Amino acid sequence: MIDRRSPTRRLLEIDIPVLCIVAFALAPYAWMIATSLKLDKEIIRWPITYWPETITFDHYRFLFSRTTFGNNLVNSLVVALGAVAVGLSVSVPAAYAFSRFSFFGRRFLLVQFLVINMFPIVLLIIPLFVLMRTLGLIDTYLGILVGHSTFAIPFSVWMMTSYMNSIPRELDEAAIVDGASRLQTIRLIILPLTMPGIVTTAIYIFVASWNEYLFAMMLSGQNARTVTVALQLFIGEFSIQWGLLTAGGTVVAIPVTILFLLVQKRLVGGLTAGAVKA
Amino acid sequence: MALTPYAFLLPALLVTAAVIFFPVLQTLWLSLHNYVLFRPRNVPFIGLANFARAMSDEVFWISLRNSLFWIGLVVSLQFLMGLCAALLLNQSFWWRGIARSLIIIPWALPSVIIGLMWSWMYDFHVGIVNDLFVRIGVIGAPVAWLARPDTALYAIIVALIWQGFPFFTIVILAGLQTIPDELYEAAEIDGASRWQQLGSVILPSISGIVTTALLLRTIWVANSLDVILVMTGGGPGYATHTLPLYAFVKAYSSMEFGYAAALAVILTGLLLAVVLSYVRRAAGDLR
Repeated sequence: MIDRRSPTRRLLEIDIPVLCIVAFALAPYAWMIATSLKLDKEIIRWPITYWPETITFDHYRFLFSRTTFGNNLVNSLVVALGAVAVGLSVSVPAAYAFSRFSFFGRRFLLVQFLVINMFPIVLLIIPLFVLMRTLGLIDTYLGILVGHSTFAIPFSVWMMTSYMNSIPRELDEAAIVDGASRLQTIRLIILPLTMPGIVTTAIYIFVASWNEYLFAMMLSGQNARTVTVALQLFIGEFSIQWGLLTAGGTVVAIPVTILFLLVQKRLVGGLTAGAVKA
Repeated sequence: MALTPYAFLLPALLVTAAVIFFPVLQTLWLSLHNYVLFRPRNVPFIGLANFARAMSDEVFWISLRNSLFWIGLVVSLQFLMGLCAALLLNQSFWWRGIARSLIIIPWALPSVIIGLMWSWMYDFHVGIVNDLFVRIGVIGAPVAWLARPDTALYAIIVALIWQGFPFFTIVILAGLQTIPDELYEAAEIDGASRWQQLGSVILPSISGIVTTALLLRTIWVANSLDVILVMTGGGPGYATHTLPLYAFVKAYSSMEFGYAAALAVILTGLLLAVVLSYVRRAAGDLR
């Protein structure tokens, strides 16, 4: 489409409105970072200052030296990596079956993985809490991991199936003709070609688990507490210390922002091709 | 040989049965019993009494009404804003790539951080929302946005719109890119204005993808309770109680797991029609 609008009109009709939307999308984030860099006395001053007068890292120093935040970060990392491991190890073989075989119940089972992804979280969190309590798994990595696999598995089965469907079947048929066994075909053809899909799915599971709050809160105590739960508890404990809270928020938000920006193009492709295909 | 696909599926099926299928059955079982966590030995079967209790529970009806209001407002405003952003980002300008990436950021953030940053912005004493509104004269004096029954739900709705509009932008942008240029050119030759193009070319072409996205979003918004939990915990009073939040609070604070399970079952039942029509659309072109 040829755009015949003058540069000034384009500025008014495109650049400035887009700038407003981007500003709206980023303003709360920017405000959180700005607050975390201000001195306490500046944070509580009215009328407020928009740009920090003096930049300080005191809140970050306090966060890591005087609170449990460092341990909570490690807990979140362990749980998220565990969720990635569980999600991928069961979903890659399942996706291979869905993509490369036709068998009785295939369509029914594939649809089930979509349906269970739509279950309300309260439908699962209530029985899982009772179950974990009976098994003595409250406040363990394993307990939270079980909670997180309820969303990691259905999602990655669906994503990986759509990625594997995009690899031409002729490639594995050619390998079989050349005398490769099924496992060799998977190792030499399927896995290398789906690697971008596997990485995207892994990063998505990691971000979803890192961000998760309800399961982590319900199933953890002091030992296995993740950052999201710790941050929420800080709101009560350090009630109006917004410098500390925003510093914690910034530390939690930055890794997921970077990971998400790295994969967003491919993730959107997978989502629109798989789950949101119209 | 015929069993090979099932062997590949077995781990996924076993784990899913253990972490999803079995718990859902347990919820159904709980919903028919009077299960209070600190009385584990005394769990009488009470039939449908939990469901009957919900029907005469005033808070259930308040939560249901809030839920409907909240879903309607959040989903429609997220959609409108997402549509505007997508139409703008579909034009060509030199920094389009950066703008598209940046606009997705709210969607990637954890709900706790969203609750935290918006609670901080709504702060009564030194919040930036009060500061800006007082400066431009919208309000005369600072407002305690999250503590007032008449503003709390709207304040959370704004935060949720902020978080969710990028989803619609992404999906609609993907839909817009499937419209061939010839359609615009034909409309232009026929003398259609930009608004007429929107109504007769753009919207009909993306209606399929938009319907799917609206259904998916309705399910997500209906199920989500974490941002509300972080920002107000359902208060003040019951002003920000939604159905999933009420079920969660009944389990977490009152330890009434039987009643909470019944509420979760009711929520699932109410959503079933939406879930089924979404699944039918999404699975419609399965190979």
